[in-house]
Amino acid sequence: METVYFDNNATTKVAEEVLEEMKPLFCELYGNPSSMHTFGGQIARKIRRAREQVAGLLASDPTEIVFTSGGTESDNAAIKGTLAAVPDKRKVITTRVEHPAVLTVCRDLENHGYTVVELTVDKQGRLDWRQLEELLDDDTALVTIMYANNETGVVFPIDKIAELVTGRGVIFHTDAVQAVGKIPLNLSKSNIDLLSLSGHKLHGPKGVGVLYVRKGTRISPFMLGGHQEAGRRAGTENVPGIVGLGKACELAAENLEEENSRVKYLRDKLENAILEKCPDSRLNGDKDNRLPNTSNISFEYIEGEAILLMLDKFGICASSGSACASGSLEPSHVLRAMGVPFTAAHGSIRFSLSRYNTEEEVDYTIEKMPPIINRLRELSPFVAK
Amino acid sequence: MWEYTDKLKEHFFNPRNVGEIENPDGVGEVGSLACGDALKLTFKLDENGRIKDAKFKTFGCASAIATSSVLTEMIKGKTIDEAAKVTNRDIANYLGGLPEQKMHCSVMGREALEAAIENYRTGGKKKHELQGRVVCNCFGVTENEIERVIRENNLTTVEEVTNYCKAGGGCGGCKGEIEKIMEKIQGDKIKEIPPAAPRRAGKMTNIQKIQLIQQTINEQIRPALRAHGGNIELIDVEGDKVIVAFRGMCAQCMLAEYTMKDLVEAKLREFVSHQLFVEEDKDSAKEPHNHRE
Ligand code: FES
Repeated sequence: METVYFDNNATTKVAEEVLEEMKPLFCELYGNPSSMHTFGGQIARKIRRAREQVAGLLASDPTEIVFTSGGTESDNAAIKGTLAAVPDKRKVITTRVEHPAVLTVCRDLENHGYTVVELTVDKQGRLDWRQLEELLDDDTALVTIMYANNETGVVFPIDKIAELVTGRGVIFHTDAVQAVGKIPLNLSKSNIDLLSLSGHKLHGPKGVGVLYVRKGTRISPFMLGGHQEAGRRAGTENVPGIVGLGKACELAAENLEEENSRVKYLRDKLENAILEKCPDSRLNGDKDNRLPNTSNISFEYIEGEAILLMLDKFGICASSGSACASGSLEPSHVLRAMGVPFTAAHGSIRFSLSRYNTEEEVDYTIEKMPPIINRLRELSPFVAK
Repeated sequence: MWEYTDKLKEHFFNPRNVGEIENPDGVGEVGSLACGDALKLTFKLDENGRIKDAKFKTFGCASAIATSSVLTEMIKGKTIDEAAKVTNRDIANYLGGLPEQKMHCSVMGREALEAAIENYRTGGKKKHELQGRVVCNCFGVTENEIERVIRENNLTTVEEVTNYCKAGGGCGGCKGEIEKIMEKIQGDKIKEIPPAAPRRAGKMTNIQKIQLIQQTINEQIRPALRAHGGNIELIDVEGDKVIVAFRGMCAQCMLAEYTMKDLVEAKLREFVSHQLFVEEDKDSAKEPHNHRE
């Protein structure tokens, strides 16, 4: 077996169809869409088309789509742009399990006179969002809560949260980097003000993303120096990236059905078999409200990086919330926030699938996993012989 | 992805001497599940006082496992005195080097060996325990240990210290202290330097004192708690009594013998005033500690 890629929440393969759309934009159609000549001008049409494709996937208006350099920029722009637009409000509400692109930005705000409230999650990683009722006040500038968690795949009830937050006159942003393309979203029927997405998580290229800005949402531009994106994001457009992302969104819309049936079936098969065959393993995260492609499993008494290396020997790619695997010394903040004991957090493995995975790959991994776990347990001082 | 040497990978995939010796002459146990790696080393001597057999059990990443495996190979055939001379450098060199961020694995190997030797020399009585003042609360690393890795490996930056013994790799709250220890050692090498004057402020008005307490909490204490999902709030200051409330997850999981109150008190005394003492406001802690271990 060659590479078995089960790390799609980290990044994905660029779809062949996406690459085909991008190719001519490097050496043939390389003009600047802002130019006056036809050669450049024709590129603007391609960008317009991409904007429509993205809007199609989100069920939004094309004018609400702002292209950025990726999820991290979108998150930064949403948070900082909102706060700059409402300078008199000093409170931001988020959660403990956000991606660092949100969490680090929020925690940094604390050093600049903001009060940041981090909502907690329960053992299943579910958000106690009703806490918001009490927390929302006149001083609250922004609530930013992820759509789905990158590590556990747990999906938050974002539509309900958005309704509550915006109903109180507060701006609501969601980092939907992991959700877009995996579960259906309909922004025309939701109250979300700002939403971030990233190209390379949905079989598009790296280095391109979107910030959705609902019509009428006040936000100060994050990047200055040009009129592009209707003045909302300066800088010459990443044309191949944008066109690729557009195509990727179109494909994602077509494949949403498959994502929620075939991919989910594969994920469930993998997950159930591993939980059954490996003793002292546990699932992390709410089994029901979860992305169809993600499974996060903890193996007690052994360490994640060692598991990954053994898997790697068989060509299987996954990731881990263990400290060593990330190069930091602390295990995943998400699992810790859920109260997963250190023992289990260090031994957590995330499998994240995509529509390019096959049942064969799943069966192969099911076969390889138990001996790896047993082998490492033999080495562990915490397992009695 | 780490750059591991072939030798390291070979020892990881085919570790030698796995297990536990029954009735060992020496046992060394270091690390913990919480810290992410732990090693139990056992050895037995022959009639000439040489290490006849050594075995290990390790919880940890690939380099921790490989390090343990080579350690057992290295000490076999050595007398206790010879084994006691093995340094963490020797272990790392034996593997053809370790990635810098993984040097702490070699230090853990050396610590386990020392603990086992100590256990042997005290007739099986002594268990490994922390010696000296704890500098890094996140990983329970003492001043002695930090000094030692700095001296033995000629470390010159805080980052290196973190790579070698983890201290400073959590919340980062202890980096200032590590820096001081490093300066002290470098100073020792050149000349004795006079002890640094305390950074505490002199006479303060009440308002200034409260501000300084708040600032100390914000800068010195909260980051450590935050890193473990906890938080702290200043409730009130009455004279020298500082009343605080702890929120969220309990931060003391990693180091039970050190209570939160002591940590806060020590920092406030260091940065604000010697007279301060801390009281925990239990009533206002609406949110129970969701400590689950
Ligand atoms: S106290 Fe040392 S890293 Fe937190």
